[in-house]
Amino acid sequence: MNKPVNTPVNNLEKIRKSLSRRNRSERLFRWYGRLAIFIGLAAVTVLFTDIVSKGHGAFRIAYLQLEVGYDQDLIGVDNLTDPEQLILGNWQAVPKQALRQQFPDVAGRSDKRKLYGLVSNGSGFDLKDRLLANPLLLGTRETVWVLADDDIDTYYKSWLDGEPYAARLSDKQVKWIGELHDQGKIRLQFNSNLFTRGDSREPEQAGIRGAVMGSLFTLLLTLMLSFPVGVAAAIYLEEFAPKNGWTDFIEVNINNLAAVPSIIFGLLGLAIFINFFHVPRSVPIVGGLVLTLMTLPTIIITSRAAIKSVPPSIREAALGMGASKYQMVMHHVLPLALPGMLTGAIIGMAQALGESAPLLMIGMVAFIVDIPAGFNDPATVLPVQIFLWADSPERAFIEKTSAAIMVLLSFLIVMNTSAVWLRKRLERRW
Amino acid sequence: MNATDPAMGAKAEVKQNLEVADNQVTVGSCFTDAPKMTMRNVNVFYDDKQAIHNVSVDIAKNEVIAMIGPSGCGKSTFLRSLNRMNDTVESCRVEGEICMDGENLYAPKLDVVELRARVGMVFQKPNPFPKSIYDNVAYGPKIHGLADTRVDLDEIVENSLRKASLWEEVKERLHQSGTGLSGGQQQRLCIARAIAVSPEVILMDEPCSALDPIATAKIEELIEELSQNFTIAIVTHSMQQAARVSHRTAYFHLGRLIEVNPTEQVFTMPEHELTEAYITGRFG
Repeated sequence: MNKPVNTPVNNLEKIRKSLSRRNRSERLFRWYGRLAIFIGLAAVTVLFTDIVSKGHGAFRIAYLQLEVGYDQDLIGVDNLTDPEQLILGNWQAVPKQALRQQFPDVAGRSDKRKLYGLVSNGSGFDLKDRLLANPLLLGTRETVWVLADDDIDTYYKSWLDGEPYAARLSDKQVKWIGELHDQGKIRLQFNSNLFTRGDSREPEQAGIRGAVMGSLFTLLLTLMLSFPVGVAAAIYLEEFAPKNGWTDFIEVNINNLAAVPSIIFGLLGLAIFINFFHVPRSVPIVGGLVLTLMTLPTIIITSRAAIKSVPPSIREAALGMGASKYQMVMHHVLPLALPGMLTGAIIGMAQALGESAPLLMIGMVAFIVDIPAGFNDPATVLPVQIFLWADSPERAFIEKTSAAIMVLLSFLIVMNTSAVWLRKRLERRW
Repeated sequence: MNATDPAMGAKAEVKQNLEVADNQVTVGSCFTDAPKMTMRNVNVFYDDKQAIHNVSVDIAKNEVIAMIGPSGCGKSTFLRSLNRMNDTVESCRVEGEICMDGENLYAPKLDVVELRARVGMVFQKPNPFPKSIYDNVAYGPKIHGLADTRVDLDEIVENSLRKASLWEEVKERLHQSGTGLSGGQQQRLCIARAIAVSPEVILMDEPCSALDPIATAKIEELIEELSQNFTIAIVTHSMQQAARVSHRTAYFHLGRLIEVNPTEQVFTMPEHELTEAYITGRFG
């Protein structure tokens, strides 16, 4: 009997010895956790700071104050109701004339071209819209703020920030802008074009409205298709299907589908919907169908989890009362599982909203100026718009890209927050 | 190990006698003259494992029959085969004959929805729906279409709650959630819900095991009142409860029905030695 005896005193000593070690490992673990969270938060902060610092400029844009004359001979229009005249009219002549009058001593072809480059080459059409809204202006003069060219915009903003970027401008243009600034005839205004217009090759005229509408139509279709199908599949698999090899097989494959890279779904959509069923390319219909394929597994999996979390005692209570299985599901299981299902659907939708790869495959990457008005109009979506702008050489697209990312992120944040809110709000306790 | 402990010795001795023979025959008075339900040679299997062996017993009209026995003896399984709740367990298979008023409950043409309207059930853990008290009680009548008008439904709800002696406590808050009640109230709500469809038989699966003694006393009182109108089969872990509420007691052991006798007799002079061993607390 040489083994040490476990007397109470002896035990206490051992426990005390081990105590400091146990406490130390717990403290260490807490620090690991804090470090992990700090790294995560730091990454998010860096990301957001970068995006916001690059993108905030895009919400304001430079305008020039010009005194324009809506001269009928200059434009070549005398009847504003004649569509042909409107199309053929030389609208850009209006801001050009105003610039010549603003800087009367500019002469020579090359200098004049530089002068005309101060305003956006779409500004004539802005003035046309103004004239059409108020036909009485024809033949009169007025002082208006005209959209500046993107290079001017970029220079002016950087100059205001104290780090002028004049690489794309001539010395004369820089001088003119200085004069305009001194006269208070150039200023930054809220960039409403960003939210009201479609894509454009000219950065100052480009907006995300087209992409937002495209995303909206695509997501609407995705939700309308994937939610009912996903929920029905989840209910059937969870409540009605016999538990056998087949349902195991289906379950494994649903999980597999959730892990398939999204570009594969794009190729599938291209092969089936476009090449086989001849759905037109680039439209929200085909985008919605592809994203439905991609979102379905997510919705099925989260819905099944939500159904599983309904306590079996509720099912027994319903069946024990003589409810049929269908009544049990519709009256009790579905209402209790719905918050979880909605959360899953919102998270699935957020995923679909941020998806670009599969949509590249089905032609939603096209350059589309017109704002889509329905499911069958060619469209692009926000993440693809970001991809397109990030790919554009014009410097002004840098801030536009970041601004579009900010809009996309705010949509995602709103969706995810509402998912959390919905879960908190609707969750029942029993 | 201190093998000299006299109590342990006695237990070991009993253990040797606990084995039951395959041809074990139920002793006592299994059968009655005017049975509500008759069970003949009932065997229940979970996959290959047999949980109930060859049980034959009658349940008389308006009687309270208690089923007692050690854990895992199959009393709950047996109870749940009386309203086919075992159908929900995929691996479960029931053989033999279970009849109510002479009608086989396992006949292919019988609809379980109808059966469960006639044989109500109260579960071990109070499980009110997460709906209002009113909706809990009104649920059965609604799905079975028992009430033609709102007034009828109100009446059914009130009567059921009165019969479950819950009316006075909840009449002011019928539209508050049923899950906000105390445990005992919840269980009485479940009883009210069960009797709202006027079943002929009520099965109770350890209805008081999750309740405190005061709530238990209320439920027991209620069971006694209900026995005037309903036939009740109750599974219980508590022998005192069986003694207090039931007319007859059935003792289950390892899936076999050992003894059925009037409750008084079971607890004073049991016929079978296993019953005696159980009620005197030599195992359990």
